[in-house]
Amino acid sequence: MELITIILSGILIGSSVYMMLSKSIIRIIIGTALLSHGVHLMLLTMGRLKQGNVPVLDPEVSSYTDPLPQALILTAIVIAFALTSYILVLALRMYRELGTDNVEEMKGVPHDD
Amino acid sequence: MKSTLKKAGYSKVQKQVHDVFLQFTSKVIFFIIILFAFKLFFAGHYTPGGGFVGGLLAAAAIILLLIAFDQKTVEKMLPIDFRILIATGLVIAAGLPTLSFLFGTPFFTHQHTYITVPVFGEVALHSAVIFDVGVFLTVAGTALLIIKLIAEEDD
Amino acid sequence: MTTNILPLLPIMIPFFAGIIMLFMGKRPVWHRVVSGISGLLMMLSAVWLVISIYRNGTIVTFLGDWMAPFGISVVIDMAAALLLLTTSIIAFLIVVYSFQSIGIEREKYFYYPMVLFMIAGVNGAFSTGDIFNMFVFFEVFLLASYVLITMGGTRVQLQEGFKYLLVNLISSNFFVLGLAYLYSVTGSLNMADIYLKLEDYDGNMVIMTVLAVVFLFVFATKAGLFPLFFWLPGSYYAPPMPIIALFGALLTKVGVYAIARTYSLFFIENQAFTHQALLLMALLTIIMGSIGALAYTDMKKIIIYNILIAVGVIIVGFSMMDEIGTIGAMYYLIHDMIIKAALFMLVGFIIYRTGKADSEHLGGLIRKHPVTGWMFLVAGFALAGVPPLSGFYGKFFIVQSTFDNDHYVAGIIVLVSSLAVLISVVRIFMNVFWRGEMDFSTLKPIKTDKLLFASIGLVIVSVAFGLAADLLYPFFEMAASSFHDPASYASYLTEVE
Repeated sequence: MELITIILSGILIGSSVYMMLSKSIIRIIIGTALLSHGVHLMLLTMGRLKQGNVPVLDPEVSSYTDPLPQALILTAIVIAFALTSYILVLALRMYRELGTDNVEEMKGVPHDD
Repeated sequence: MKSTLKKAGYSKVQKQVHDVFLQFTSKVIFFIIILFAFKLFFAGHYTPGGGFVGGLLAAAAIILLLIAFDQKTVEKMLPIDFRILIATGLVIAAGLPTLSFLFGTPFFTHQHTYITVPVFGEVALHSAVIFDVGVFLTVAGTALLIIKLIAEEDD
Repeated sequence: MTTNILPLLPIMIPFFAGIIMLFMGKRPVWHRVVSGISGLLMMLSAVWLVISIYRNGTIVTFLGDWMAPFGISVVIDMAAALLLLTTSIIAFLIVVYSFQSIGIEREKYFYYPMVLFMIAGVNGAFSTGDIFNMFVFFEVFLLASYVLITMGGTRVQLQEGFKYLLVNLISSNFFVLGLAYLYSVTGSLNMADIYLKLEDYDGNMVIMTVLAVVFLFVFATKAGLFPLFFWLPGSYYAPPMPIIALFGALLTKVGVYAIARTYSLFFIENQAFTHQALLLMALLTIIMGSIGALAYTDMKKIIIYNILIAVGVIIVGFSMMDEIGTIGAMYYLIHDMIIKAALFMLVGFIIYRTGKADSEHLGGLIRKHPVTGWMFLVAGFALAGVPPLSGFYGKFFIVQSTFDNDHYVAGIIVLVSSLAVLISVVRIFMNVFWRGEMDFSTLKPIKTDKLLFASIGLVIVSVAFGLAADLLYPFFEMAASSFHDPASYASYLTEVE
């Protein structure tokens, strides 16, 4: 089970690299979102996956899941949500201000002091 | 982006679609989503759910209204400044842990108890709920503010 | 159990001040008042922290009453307290500097709340004792910095801001990945607890070396070390001067602090590889920074490349991992935060007054602004490390430590880099203040009293720091001890047990 999720997160991160290397801003943003998903899946796997166990330490329960990675992922997801929403607004501002969504065409913009 | 749409063959990008079916069903579905958002919010302590998911779902319900109607109508329905909503949420979320100093306990220490309510039986009361209200308001406010900023830019 | 509110004050004051300003709406004058008051309060609380830590040792508080290795703890040792104090001083003076320089449009768009949220994040990253919490505070100040760097929305800002955002987003994701590996190896996130666990660990330590590389990638990107500094000169050039001063003084230094913390607590098993790699990267950073600082005539660019040199010098000190080296690194870290902010402010004053950033187009300004000119020269000498001024002590200890450890090349590179710094700064002075006349009628009539108050105030703080360096030595000795002797940092856990 761990092996499958690790391979899955590898696929996610690999495709995110492919997306981020393209020229369109929207593709780059989708790439960053995919990267964060892959990383979060990796974080979940690192706490070891056990199916059907409670994430609570209780004297009556002998086998329990580590609750910490889940709490950490929730925090990381919230942060990734905030970043993705900000980067979307920024991308729209850039599209309106610079008139293009192609990063290649943004290179030659002169510096204005 | 409009250029992408043009490439895909759309000659004219329509501004607002007045779809009777969408408008009517969204009036009904809006309340279902909001109720489900509150259900998720209150489920949060012992079962999956919580302030973040609830807030996002509540924002999603309002975004459904934005899709069905236009922005002016929605602003008339909900005359809320989202910045104030975020600030209120932050005050609640950060103020409650600070209040715990008054009780002589460290930052973020929570109190909880069980009370018996006539219909529901024994119900857990936890001060973390107030913190979650703050999270709910902040998340819903942020999501709506972002959508509003994007929508305003498109005019 | 401690119920001390003091260690949380440097995080809570700016955070609550920011929220109050959000409630106020677009009222710039009230924003100024609130942010100024909160800056003063932060300074008071930081002074109080330094004194009480000097008397009683490290202050620890446990959030939510959870015991140390399980819950989040806020641990402020001397190093963190000194950094908090410096951050508060710089934050207050930059807020004062912004009154007359940032412009009413940006003030209306919630500039001060964003600055204070960023300060809250920086202070949190300095004072937390939990590595995941450090990530959260990193994200808090990075998010505020994304807003600050793109605020105003000029073309160059959007373009460079997007680059900055993307680079930091990728490195933050690698931070989470590194945390995942670290958690799976050690099973803990409390930094002191990880140190104690790794001390007793007798398995294969190769994985820790891999982790050291992942963490180095993350923090080197934030701090701007050699192969990963490519974003820094462009992105720091884009925003207006007060924001550059804030970024240049604080943000890279948080990365440096994180490198120092992790490389003294986690990655101490295989120093022959990890710390040598760190040293090599630091030296290459110094060389690249010197080339950049000598190559440009644009004042902003010269000071921005000087950031790289300073980061390199500090990392050389921390990579030595002995007492003298870390004391020197602490001295230089504090000195550089103050002097970088001061230099950016002075350069900003010149740019606002003349409207030009290229030093070649200016000249003879000392007739109009003698005080500013001499202050700039003093600040430049302090940056290069001329003896009675503050930069000297840090460089002296760092070079002494490199010679003690037989890294003669490193010591010589640090010494030669001071020469490059001196040439680059004195060239600005000669071009702008000394050389022939320029047309004084083109000067812009702006109000300058608060600009000069902030920048000259910071230069005076720096000079006082240099003159009092001898008196402050016990503080820095205490601060450095948690880096070269990590057991003393982790002692709060063993004492509780």
